Amino acid sequence: MTDASANTATGLYATDAHVRKRNAAEKRFRLYGLAAVCVGILALIVLMTSILGNGVSAFRQTYVTLNVELLEAKLDKNGNRNIDDIKKVSTFGYAPLIQTAVEAAIAENGIAIDGLTGKEAGGIISKEAAAQLRNFVIANPDAIGTTVEFDVLANAQIDGYFKGRVDRADAELLKTVSPVQLDLSDALLEAGVLRTKFNTAFITAPDASDNRPEAAGLGVAILGSFYMMIVVLVLALPIGVAASIYLEEFAPKNRWTDLIEVNISNLAAVPSIVFGILGLAIFINFAGLPQSAPIVGGLVLTLMTLPTIIIATRAALKAVPPSIRDAALGVGASKMQAVFHHVLPLAAPGILTGTIIGLAQALGETAPLLLIGMVAFVREYPAGPPEGFFDPASALPVQVYNWTQRADAALVERASGAIIVLLVFLLAMNVAAIILRRRFERRW
Amino acid sequence: MPILWLLLIVLALGAIGYMLGVRRAVASAGGDARKLHSLPSYYGSNVFLATVIPALMLMGAWLLLQPVVIEAQISPLITAEAEASERSPDLVLADVRRLADGLNDLHAQNVLDDAEIRRLNAGRDDVREMLGQVGIALGADVAQPVLDGARDYRNLWARYSLAMTIVVLGAAALGFIAAIRNTHVEFRARNVVERAIKALLILASTIAILTTVGIVMSMLLETRNFFGQYNWTDFFFGTTWAPSFSGRGGASELGILPLLWGTLYISFIALIVAVPVGLFAAIYLSEYAGPKMRAWAKPAIEVLAGIPTIVYGLFALITLGPMLRDYFAQPLGLGDSSASVMTAGLVMGIMLIPFVSSLSDDIINAVPQSMRDGSLGLGATKSETIKQVVVPAALPGIVGAVLLAASRAIGETMIVVLGAGAAAKISGNPFEAMTTVTVKIVSQLTGDTDFASPETLVAFALGLTLFVLTLGLNILALYVVRKYREQYE
Repeated sequence: MTDASANTATGLYATDAHVRKRNAAEKRFRLYGLAAVCVGILALIVLMTSILGNGVSAFRQTYVTLNVELLEAKLDKNGNRNIDDIKKVSTFGYAPLIQTAVEAAIAENGIAIDGLTGKEAGGIISKEAAAQLRNFVIANPDAIGTTVEFDVLANAQIDGYFKGRVDRADAELLKTVSPVQLDLSDALLEAGVLRTKFNTAFITAPDASDNRPEAAGLGVAILGSFYMMIVVLVLALPIGVAASIYLEEFAPKNRWTDLIEVNISNLAAVPSIVFGILGLAIFINFAGLPQSAPIVGGLVLTLMTLPTIIIATRAALKAVPPSIRDAALGVGASKMQAVFHHVLPLAAPGILTGTIIGLAQALGETAPLLLIGMVAFVREYPAGPPEGFFDPASALPVQVYNWTQRADAALVERASGAIIVLLVFLLAMNVAAIILRRRFERRW
Repeated sequence: MPILWLLLIVLALGAIGYMLGVRRAVASAGGDARKLHSLPSYYGSNVFLATVIPALMLMGAWLLLQPVVIEAQISPLITAEAEASERSPDLVLADVRRLADGLNDLHAQNVLDDAEIRRLNAGRDDVREMLGQVGIALGADVAQPVLDGARDYRNLWARYSLAMTIVVLGAAALGFIAAIRNTHVEFRARNVVERAIKALLILASTIAILTTVGIVMSMLLETRNFFGQYNWTDFFFGTTWAPSFSGRGGASELGILPLLWGTLYISFIALIVAVPVGLFAAIYLSEYAGPKMRAWAKPAIEVLAGIPTIVYGLFALITLGPMLRDYFAQPLGLGDSSASVMTAGLVMGIMLIPFVSSLSDDIINAVPQSMRDGSLGLGATKSETIKQVVVPAALPGIVGAVLLAASRAIGETMIVVLGAGAAAKISGNPFEAMTTVTVKIVSQLTGDTDFASPETLVAFALGLTLFVLTLGLNILALYVVRKYREQYE
C-alpha cells in the first residue's frame, strides 16, 4: 500500500513518480524485445548479403574466342590419323598452337601493345584450354589440319581483373600476370574477342587443380550429393516409417519400448561429428566399404536423418483421430490393416513434409562426410548407379570446405558461389515441403 | 554370381511365389474367394515372405561373416609373413587384399586367365608392372608369400561365394515349397503375414538402439586401444596439445584441457549472444507482437535455423573474422588473427538464436493465460507480468532450452573449423585463435597419420568425451524439465 503521507497527487488519472517509472520500465522492456527480433533479422540479412555479394561473381567467367589452326605437323606427324599416336601428343604440344592463335587474333584486330612477348600473349589463356583442345582432337581426329573456333577460358588473374579482384598495382607485383597482359586483355575486350559471360561450366565441370582454379566446377559435387540423397531416401524413409508405426501403434508400454524412445531422442541431439566417427569405425574400417563413396556418406546421413523422420512421422500418426482407427476396426479390419490401409495414407502428407525437411538437413551436413574421407580432390564423375555409389565422389558442402582450405582468391569466390547453389537447393526443398503441407494438410 | 543378380533372382522367385500362392489359394476354395480365411493377397504375400526373408537374412549374415572367416583361415600365412618382413599383420593383410583385388581386375580384363594366375611367380614375373597396366599402383614389389596369400584369398573367396549362392537359393526354394504346401483354404494366412510384418517393424525400431550401441562400441574399442598406448591421466589432465608427426607415441603430448577450454569458452560466448537475444525475441513475439508481425518475423528467424553450418563457417572466415580483426583486435592490440574465439563465438551465437527462440516460445505459450490475467488484474504492467509471473513459471523449460543450446554449441564443428583456428592454448584473450575438441577430431582423422598410432586414435577418445559431455547435458536438461515443471491443469 502506498504511504499516504509521502505522495500527494495520487489518483486514477494522475500518475505519480513510481507509476511513471514502471511505465518507463515497460517501454524499455518492450524495446529490448523488439531490438532482439531486429538483431535476429539483421543477422539474417547481413549473412545473406555477404554470401550473395561474394558468390554472385562466380557465375560469370571470362572467355576468349580463338581460331586455332590444328597443325598436322604438330599433332599427327605420321599423317595416318592413328588414335594412339594422336593420344601421345600431350597438352604441352597444344600450347604452342594456342599461342599462335592468340598472336593471330592480335594481328587480325590490329592490336599493338609495346613490350608484349609471344609467351605473355599465350599466357593470358588458361592451362585448361590445352586439355580442352586435346579432348576435342581425340574425339574428332578428322579436324586435324583445319582451323576450328574455340571458346577457351582466360586464366584466373585476367578473370580476376575483370571482376575487380586484381588491379594494375597487383599486376606489378604478381608473377603470374603482368600489366602488359592486362592491356592486351582490355584491347581484346574492345575487339569483342574476349568477354565475360554466364558460366555454366561452374555447375557442370568437375573440380580443378590449383594451377587452373578458373576451371573448377561443381559437377562432381552435385552428382555426389544427389546420390547420397537417393541413398538416404531409399533407406531412411522405410526404416523411419516402420519404426514410427511400431512405436506409435503396436508397442506395449514396457521398459524395452522406453529404452527405444529414449535412444531416439538422444540420437536426435548427438553432434553430427560423432556419426562421422561411427561411419569411419564401422562402415569403412569394419565393413571395408570404399572411402569417399556416396554409399558410405548416404549410410551415415541415413543414421542422422532417422530420428528426424521418426519424430515427424510419429507426430503425423498421432494427428490422425482415433475415430478413423475405430471405424476401420468396426468394419472388421485387423489392427494392422487399419494402420496400413487407413491411418498411414492419411498421415502421408505429414510424413512427406518431415522427410523433405530431413533431407534438406542432410544435404547441408559437412562434418560427418569429412571424417569418411570425402576431403579428397575428385576429378572424375562417378559412374551411373549402382556402381556409381561405390566410386569416389564429393558433396556440395564438402567441396565448399575443400575450396576454402586451398586459399586462392578465385576459389574463395567459387566457395561462396557453391553456397549459393546449396542454398538454392535447400530453398527449393523447403518451399516444396511447405506447398505440399498446405495442399494436403487436413484439419480434423 | 554377383550379389545384385542373386538378389534379383530371389526377388523374382518371391514374385512368382506370390502369384502361384494367390492362384492356389483361390483354387483350393473352389474358385470362391469368400470361403478363404484371409484375402487371397495374404496367401500370396505369405509365399513371398517365406521365400525372400530367410534367404535375404542368410545372405546378409553370410556377407558379413565371409571376410572374417576367410581372414581367419589365411591368418597363419599372414603372421608368418608379418614376422619375416617385420611389418604389422594388419599391413600384410591389407597388401594381400589389395593384391587379390588386383588379380581379380587382371582376370576381369582378360589380361590373365586362371591358369596363368596360378602359374605366377613373384620372382620371375613382374606382378607389380602388370597391375600398373590395369591401373593399380603398389608401393613396393610383390613378395612371394604375399602373392600366395592373395591367390589363396581369391580362391577362398570364389569358393565361399559359390557356397553362398547355393545356400541362399536353396533357402529361397525351401521357403517357397513350404509356403506353397501350406496354401489351402483352412490356412490363416493373414495372421502369419501380420506376425511377420510386425517382426519387421520391431527390427526397424531396434536400428535406433543398434546405432547408439554402434556409436558407443566403436568409440570405446578404439579409445581402449588409445589408452593402451598413452597414459589416461596425461590425456585428461594434460595442459599441452602437441602431437608429433614423426614416430609413434613418445614425443606427442595429447592433453585435452586446452581443447576443452576452447570449446567451453566459445560456447560461453555463443550462449551470451544467443540466450538474451533468443529469449527476448521469443517474449516479444509471443506477448507483444501482433499476428501480422508474428506471421513473418517468426519464419524469418526460423530460416536462420535451416541454414547449414558451413555457410556460417564461411561467413566467419571471409567476412566477420577479418572485420573483427581490422576494427577491434588490431586497434586494441589484442591480436592479429582473423580466426578467433570471438569470431566463432559470435557466429555460433547467431546460429543458436532460432534454437533458443523457438524452444522458449513453445514454453512461454504453454503458461496458461489465467496466470497472466491474474497478474494483470492485480495491477501489474505487462513487462512486470512477464518478468515476475510468466518467466518464473516457464523457467524450468527455459533452463532446459539453454542446456540444449549449450549441448549444440559444444558439438558444433564447421563453424569452429573455419572460424576458430587450430592453435591449442589456454588463454583469456577472446581475440586469439583457440581450437576446440571437434576441430581436433577432424584434423586428426583427416591427416596422413598411420591409423594405429596414438595421434589418430586420440580422435576416438576425444569423440567419446564429446559424446559423454553432450549426452550428460541432454539428460540434465530432460531431468531439470521433468523435475521442476509445473503441470498446469
